[in-house]
Amino acid sequence: MKKSKFKELKPVLPAGTSERLKTGSWRVLTPSIDNNKCAKCFKCVNFCPENSIKYNENKGQMEIDFEYCKGCGICAQECPAKAITMNKK
Amino acid sequence: MKKEKTKNYIIKPMSGGEAAAEALRQIGIEVMASYPITPQSPIIETFSKMVADGRVNAETINVESEHSAMSACVGSAVAGAKTATASNSQGLALMSEIVYVASGLRLPILMAITNRALSAPISIHCDHSDSMMVRDSGWIQIYTENAQEFYEFLILAFKIASRKEISLPIMVMADGFISTHQLEKVAIFDDKAIADFIGEYNAPYDFLNPQKPILVGPFSVQDSHFEFKLSQQKAIERVPAIFKEEAKNFKKITGKDYKFFEEYRLKDANTAIVVMNSTAGTAKEVVDKLRDKGEKVGLLKPHLFRPFPYKEIAEALKKVKKIAVLDRSMSFGANPPLFAEINQSLAGTRIPIQKYVFGLGGRAIFERQIEQVFADLKKGKIDDKIKYIQ
Repeated sequence: MKKSKFKELKPVLPAGTSERLKTGSWRVLTPSIDNNKCAKCFKCVNFCPENSIKYNENKGQMEIDFEYCKGCGICAQECPAKAITMNKK
Repeated sequence: MKKEKTKNYIIKPMSGGEAAAEALRQIGIEVMASYPITPQSPIIETFSKMVADGRVNAETINVESEHSAMSACVGSAVAGAKTATASNSQGLALMSEIVYVASGLRLPILMAITNRALSAPISIHCDHSDSMMVRDSGWIQIYTENAQEFYEFLILAFKIASRKEISLPIMVMADGFISTHQLEKVAIFDDKAIADFIGEYNAPYDFLNPQKPILVGPFSVQDSHFEFKLSQQKAIERVPAIFKEEAKNFKKITGKDYKFFEEYRLKDANTAIVVMNSTAGTAKEVVDKLRDKGEKVGLLKPHLFRPFPYKEIAEALKKVKKIAVLDRSMSFGANPPLFAEINQSLAGTRIPIQKYVFGLGGRAIFERQIEQVFADLKKGKIDDKIKYIQ
């Protein structure tokens, strides 16, 4: 058995490493937002656990960051206008 | 105590709790987040009064529970402040998940533990079940006999724990009510001498640095968790050597030796008792009484319980013919904790060791009962069952 030199670790990392974990890869169901129904109330933004819904000022609509959206469906659940649907694709 | 032309201490009547607060003040503790629990409350009350009187420049955070107390201490230690707290029994149990976090995050937090029995049933009195509950947590553990030792070891403990090679939290134990509330003559050393001994504090992390932001306490999966724990193990294994170094430095102030354990008249002893904390004081009286009668008896009083100094204990006890270990806590369904370690130390020898459990829930142990232990050892009344001194 090869004996590798053991390097002691302390539980510290540079800040911001969670960005490297693409939680979007976990997604099974994908949300889609109907912009006609959306009232821009920002409830979905506040509830999203991955901070994956942002308001695009130029386009005037809510946009989902699919790199990090893990498809939990909380946004669809919370939307008062029922503007978000969870789909298999 | 060393007799010098100008003594560097003042003798004051103090309880162990007040002496502990003095230690925290002299160390220059900067943050104490705590929650009161009998019999630790005199420590935090005295320290708070010192802060209010401007005798120490510290933040006292009165949190809503011990879980919050240790959490706040973790935050404070990460931010780089000299941090301490105090607790025992139910409080220690309530904060126990964060106790493991503190050692996992390698934070030199100092905690005074005023040993008190764990519920149920509810007891506010002394036994060692609380500190034994967290013996696997990765904290350095030191047990003390009286107010003077509590005071001195708290200071020595902080210095050991905050050494860069160690960087681990440390708890110092003293018997609840017995050592914490009874008045003793305590020699308090010169503020400046203690401050010089503590020296400059090296924070474990350069946390409050906006140029280099860091994350302390990441998520770890199967590929790294083991190595984090191994790193903790390597650190705690360095404690004995650092303990010896700092003990030497501390001796220059107090004139006393600080060892992993105290050997009392053990050199030519045929029979010996191993016991920790205040009961060792009572046992020393019994040893003296029996020695006057010509009996070759001795005592070994462990201070350092984690890491456990197996080799040194074995060396100290190897010539003793028969040993009794007195535990002040139960490990239900198994060998009592101190016995288990002493037994392991002496594995490979054929020295018979009798296990005893005493003092649960604060039940007093008398000199005549300790005399009986020595008498039974002498008669060879040793078996593999736990004997209870009730």
